[in-house]
Amino acid sequence: MKRAAIAIASGALFGAGLTISGMTDPARVRSFLDLTGQWDPTLAFVMGGAMLPMALAWLIQGRIAQPLGDTGFNLPETRKLDWKLALGAGLFGVGWGLGGLCPGPAIASLSLAPMSVAPFLIAMLGGMALHRFTTR
Amino acid sequence: MTGLFPHAQPIAGLVGGLLIGIAAAMMLLGLGRIAGVSGLAARAVGLSAAGAPRSIALAFTLGLPLGALLATHITDVTPGRFPALVLLIAGGLLVGFGTRLGSGCTSGHGVCGLSRLSPRSIVATMLFMASGFATVAIMRQASAL
Repeated sequence: MKRAAIAIASGALFGAGLTISGMTDPARVRSFLDLTGQWDPTLAFVMGGAMLPMALAWLIQGRIAQPLGDTGFNLPETRKLDWKLALGAGLFGVGWGLGGLCPGPAIASLSLAPMSVAPFLIAMLGGMALHRFTTR
Repeated sequence: MTGLFPHAQPIAGLVGGLLIGIAAAMMLLGLGRIAGVSGLAARAVGLSAAGAPRSIALAFTLGLPLGALLATHITDVTPGRFPALVLLIAGGLLVGFGTRLGSGCTSGHGVCGLSRLSPRSIVATMLFMASGFATVAIMRQASAL
């Protein structure tokens, strides 16, 4: 119960941050990716702003034995650079450019523009299902 | 800044970014996990065999639209301008498949991984940024924008 409360609070803060920063507007995100058009650097400020608390959080993480609300850390330890990482990131970038949406803003938009974002979200779940049932 | 980039919102971007970073820090220091939206969302809907407990994944995922709604009560939010249906569907498919194959998206690799200086996340972020830039450049060439 306490863990779910931390998770929903984190999700809500995350969703609020995406909305306030304008990242729930696909046209704004695509303007960032549009170097030869009317370039909009806002997304770089979002990434920079997010980096500050997280850099601090990683420093703290290295000095504590366990998280405040759970018994241990469950962090990715893979260091292998493989074709899955490269191809997956490459395909994701194409989809990001086409739709102007990545998973966070798309899900957050469910409460802002549900009808507009629905086709993207349904297709995104389809893509995730395709991965789930075709690769192992 | 506004003269050179008339549509930029550096302050809103920075404030929103800080909130995103604090949210990701809560997941890391509170629950010991990466706030990776693609992984948590896939886990929440049962499309990921491994990962966070379902209750945590579901709670985080539901929190996203909840927080977006709360934000509209605090500040003026410009309505999203969405592209054509075919672009949304093609984009969604590629984002869903690609983020699962590449083990993360803008949040997991971009925000959490970069700040951890994870080599995998640095490579992934450079690749999805590069392919995003290339995709939009090609669309502009093809007059699809």
